[in-house]
Amino acid sequence: MSNTILPFGPQHPVLPEPIHLSLTVEDEVVRQAVPALGYVHRGLEMLTRKKDFHQMIQVVERVCGICSMMHAMCYCRGIETLMDIEVPRRAQFLRVIWSELHRIHSHLLWLGLYADSFGFESVFMQFWKIRERIMDINEATAGNRVIVSVNRVGGVRRDLSPSQCWWIGEQLDEVETELKAIESTMLDNYTVKKRTVGKGVLTKEDAWELGAAGPTLRGSGIARDMRELKYEALDELEFEPVVETGGDAYARGAVRFKETLQSIDLVRRAMARLPGGETAAKVKGKPEGETALRVEQPRGECMYYIKADGSRFLDRLRIRTPTFANIPPLTAMLPGIELADVPVVVLSIDPCISCTER
Amino acid sequence: MFKKIMERSRIKSPWLVHYDCGSCNGCDIETLACLTPLYDVERFGVLNIGNPKHADVLIVTGSVNTRNRHVLEQIHRQMPSPKIVIAVGSCGLSGGIFKEAYNVVGGVDRVIPVDVYVPGCPARPEAIIDGVVEGLSVLADKQRRPDAANGAVAVDHTNSEILYESR
Repeated sequence: MSNTILPFGPQHPVLPEPIHLSLTVEDEVVRQAVPALGYVHRGLEMLTRKKDFHQMIQVVERVCGICSMMHAMCYCRGIETLMDIEVPRRAQFLRVIWSELHRIHSHLLWLGLYADSFGFESVFMQFWKIRERIMDINEATAGNRVIVSVNRVGGVRRDLSPSQCWWIGEQLDEVETELKAIESTMLDNYTVKKRTVGKGVLTKEDAWELGAAGPTLRGSGIARDMRELKYEALDELEFEPVVETGGDAYARGAVRFKETLQSIDLVRRAMARLPGGETAAKVKGKPEGETALRVEQPRGECMYYIKADGSRFLDRLRIRTPTFANIPPLTAMLPGIELADVPVVVLSIDPCISCTER
Repeated sequence: MFKKIMERSRIKSPWLVHYDCGSCNGCDIETLACLTPLYDVERFGVLNIGNPKHADVLIVTGSVNTRNRHVLEQIHRQMPSPKIVIAVGSCGLSGGIFKEAYNVVGGVDRVIPVDVYVPGCPARPEAIIDGVVEGLSVLADKQRRPDAANGAVAVDHTNSEILYESR
């Protein structure tokens, strides 16, 4: 049979976000996948001309709602580097706590959507039910469920009281217990394995060559986590990157599941070692010079390049997000798989289109 | 008889389709959170489906840009009448924080008529549920007056000036 071209997206039941893939199929088997982007492009980087460097924190938070905390943290670290601001130790720990909470909520969200993509709706509901506890923590500590907006140049806006820390610890214990209860359903279940093992295989060499990032890279057996750069308070909190060797959708799911548990542990340890003191340093003057820095987002490595000329407005802001890095590996994964498995494989890279297109 | 059943069940169990126009995902995940156990709108008969041809309610999140406005128009056209549109989040209302960005056309009402506006950045799940309930009264109104359903008469909730400007 000759080739047929099927459109996948931009509006599709499994996709929460618009991405368009032109799938060339031959007898239900995908031969080629060509992505088309631009449905969410807003032109955020150009907003540096209209909003000053303090206002830009709110703009970069809205690059992506799911990992907003990490974007703002990376941006603030960049500005702090340019202005030579020493961030108080307490603020550094608080940033780690909120960023790891964001990682937990992002991974739980993804695990739910992923289960939904192969039709396991009850597990989808379970993960989202667990996730609501993290949203409650966000709301209780920062005042908003999704976009917490805790960062500012020089530190953080909000503080955690000892009673809040105790309550967060209690909630995280609950999250851990509930997660452990569905661990076997997600990782050992026959049906789940049937739909995910061996789908969308990315070999170790391909992952490295195509520049995959985050859990997609770690699922292929390469231990590379930007948190090893020891930014903020991570120099005091040891951890091992989670690595799986399968390189398929199952391995990427397992990486994220284990990272969720790891992040819970990180938050607990950060709260236990939370030092006293100020939460924000005084900010004077304007940034000047250029810098590039990286943080680990739930989806992988995110890079910010900031160039400032000593005025209120930044000269240039460039954001490179993990999904952007993961789209070439995705187009390499899709050929050879069946059409029914396309949603599973597309979701397995955890696409965040609004990050990619900004 | 059949028409009566249809009219009654359309209000009792509205089916909705969600389209992300250019939002930061904040409102999308809050819209999805409405479906999950804590808020669980399915117990009221509200069903989220992927096919615009089966839907009565269109939930749009995010600001419209030059590329996705055609997709949004198409989805709106594919939905059978009577139908309502709910714009969710600050960006869906006016463009929000991205209003000044070069690729942003503005709020959803610049492209298709909007019946209910749900503010918030991101809008809370309770607000979105409230918006849908609010929208159902508009849907009932459109059922009673088919002219309104065709967009010939702008209902109270619609900003008619913008609506006609875009046509």
